[in-house]
Amino acid sequence: MARAALEPAVDQAALLEFLLRIGDNALILGHRVSEWCGHAPALEEDIALANTALDLIGQTQLWLGLAGEVEGKGRSADDLAYLRDGYDFRNILLVERPNGDFGKTLMRQFLFDAWHYLLLKALKGSTETRIAEIAEKAFKEVSYHLDRSRDLVIRLGDGTAESHSRMQAALDDLWPYTGEMFAADAVDAALAEAGVIAEPQSLKPGWDEIVTEAFTEGTLKKPADGYMHKGGRRGVHTEHLGFILSEMQFLQRAYPGATW
Amino acid sequence: MYAQMVKTDAARVRSLDEMEPHERAFQERVDAGQKIEPKEWMPEGYRKTLVRQISQHAHSEIVGQLPEGNWISRAPTLERKAILLAKVQDEAGHGLYLYCAAETLGISRDQMYEQLHSGKAKYSSIFNYPTLTWADIGAIGWLVDGAAIMNQVPLQRCSYGPYARAMVRICKEESFHQRQGFDALARMVKGTPAQKAMVQDALNRWWWPSLMMFGPSDDASVHSAQSMAWKIKQNSNDELRQKFVDQTVPQAKYLGLTVPDPDLKWNEEKGGHDFGEPDWEEFFNVIAGNGPCNAERLDARKKAWSDGAWFRDGLTAHAEKAADRRAAAKIAAE
Repeated sequence: MARAALEPAVDQAALLEFLLRIGDNALILGHRVSEWCGHAPALEEDIALANTALDLIGQTQLWLGLAGEVEGKGRSADDLAYLRDGYDFRNILLVERPNGDFGKTLMRQFLFDAWHYLLLKALKGSTETRIAEIAEKAFKEVSYHLDRSRDLVIRLGDGTAESHSRMQAALDDLWPYTGEMFAADAVDAALAEAGVIAEPQSLKPGWDEIVTEAFTEGTLKKPADGYMHKGGRRGVHTEHLGFILSEMQFLQRAYPGATW
Repeated sequence: MYAQMVKTDAARVRSLDEMEPHERAFQERVDAGQKIEPKEWMPEGYRKTLVRQISQHAHSEIVGQLPEGNWISRAPTLERKAILLAKVQDEAGHGLYLYCAAETLGISRDQMYEQLHSGKAKYSSIFNYPTLTWADIGAIGWLVDGAAIMNQVPLQRCSYGPYARAMVRICKEESFHQRQGFDALARMVKGTPAQKAMVQDALNRWWWPSLMMFGPSDDASVHSAQSMAWKIKQNSNDELRQKFVDQTVPQAKYLGLTVPDPDLKWNEEKGGHDFGEPDWEEFFNVIAGNGPCNAERLDARKKAWSDGAWFRDGLTAHAEKAADRRAAAKIAAE
């Protein structure tokens, strides 16, 4: 059989990079959300947050598992989560922002969910079937995440003067971290060309529509698109990621080679 | 056991002949194994005892999120992290069913929270111990959930319908948690010497507090006798503790661990283990607020509640605005 026939059509290095980006987003946001466990403002919120974190960790297992396969060096999802240093992480900066008050946690979730929802929706039609399958499953979960975070952002925006000002402060604070969701580089271009992913910029109008509608209904003022922080997607993070990893990776680092 | 030393307000258990007709009819229904439902007449002492017990049980589930939540961010694999998240989520869910069951007795969830925060209501002594290593998470599943199941299985037959029904679902999830805890430890004892030492250390610290979960001997307690007459309680504390020891000791042996009790030995004649007396002075100290984590646990719950006030107020205000808008729209349409 001709070797060329077995050659994968898609640039595998680009595919790996993309899988790390999407997997690390789920892992780091799942970590942040799980920090609330037992400390939420209502019992129903404790349940919802644990559920959201659980979905995100489940998605991490699938995305990073596939990343390990594509890489072909025998690394598992756990190896990728627990044994890489910060500069090898590819999550956007938004998901590593500290939780802040509950309003900031919810606003971060909403800004991310609205994008995550559109991203997964597009990935369901990926030419790479393994990606389409994972997206199919994750999309159902993320639809619920978006319903919940959008609803709460609206209700708290249009709640008391205090809840409104907290949600507005959260929005103003997090807005400069939203631009990275739509940034594109050669990896994105190669994968979009092959029909594996949608062009990042193509998700922007849909995202604008979702968030603008919610802000209007929640009487929140959408900030102007000014300077946008970037770096996470190429491994340049904020100082926060190092602390997340030192906590998350503690056992794997302290007991090398142990099975749990 | 998630409810310890629940008072009944009874001075002694009265016989059927001493009761007023409606109380006698109630007791006869309980004796016949019928379920009591929220809208039915019940003695005030029965209602109050159930509120104390169910709310203590609910508070234990809620406070119990904290020692385990402590390790979610440090779980050693993605699978263990997911299992632990699911477990803590289940516990919050148990708290929710139990608060709802208690609400059928005429107390609100907010009132129960106030009682927890003021120290008037208790939660299980076990959650005032710290989780110091990852093995503690396995030990909690194995021992603490194991002890909780001992108490909760009979509670499925409790005379109060909503509590008994909540317990059916809770028991299913608790036995799943217990197996997961045991499985995590079984994996670790087959691992490196350091992992095995970590598991033994966890057993050393959690064994006695787990036995204390059943509470001191209550064979002579009027509260216990009254709770049994009402079928809120089915077994004495000592019976349940014996059952727990007999079930757990072979499991410890299977794991290759040493139970930290020099008096522990099999008694052929009674068909069970003899074992040492827990340190009841320690137990009463923990109940009185002097356990290693009492202050942190309660502060964490109070902080969650007070920091979240703006969130709850915001949602309430929005609901009121939305209702006003609907009413205004209806008037405009007419």
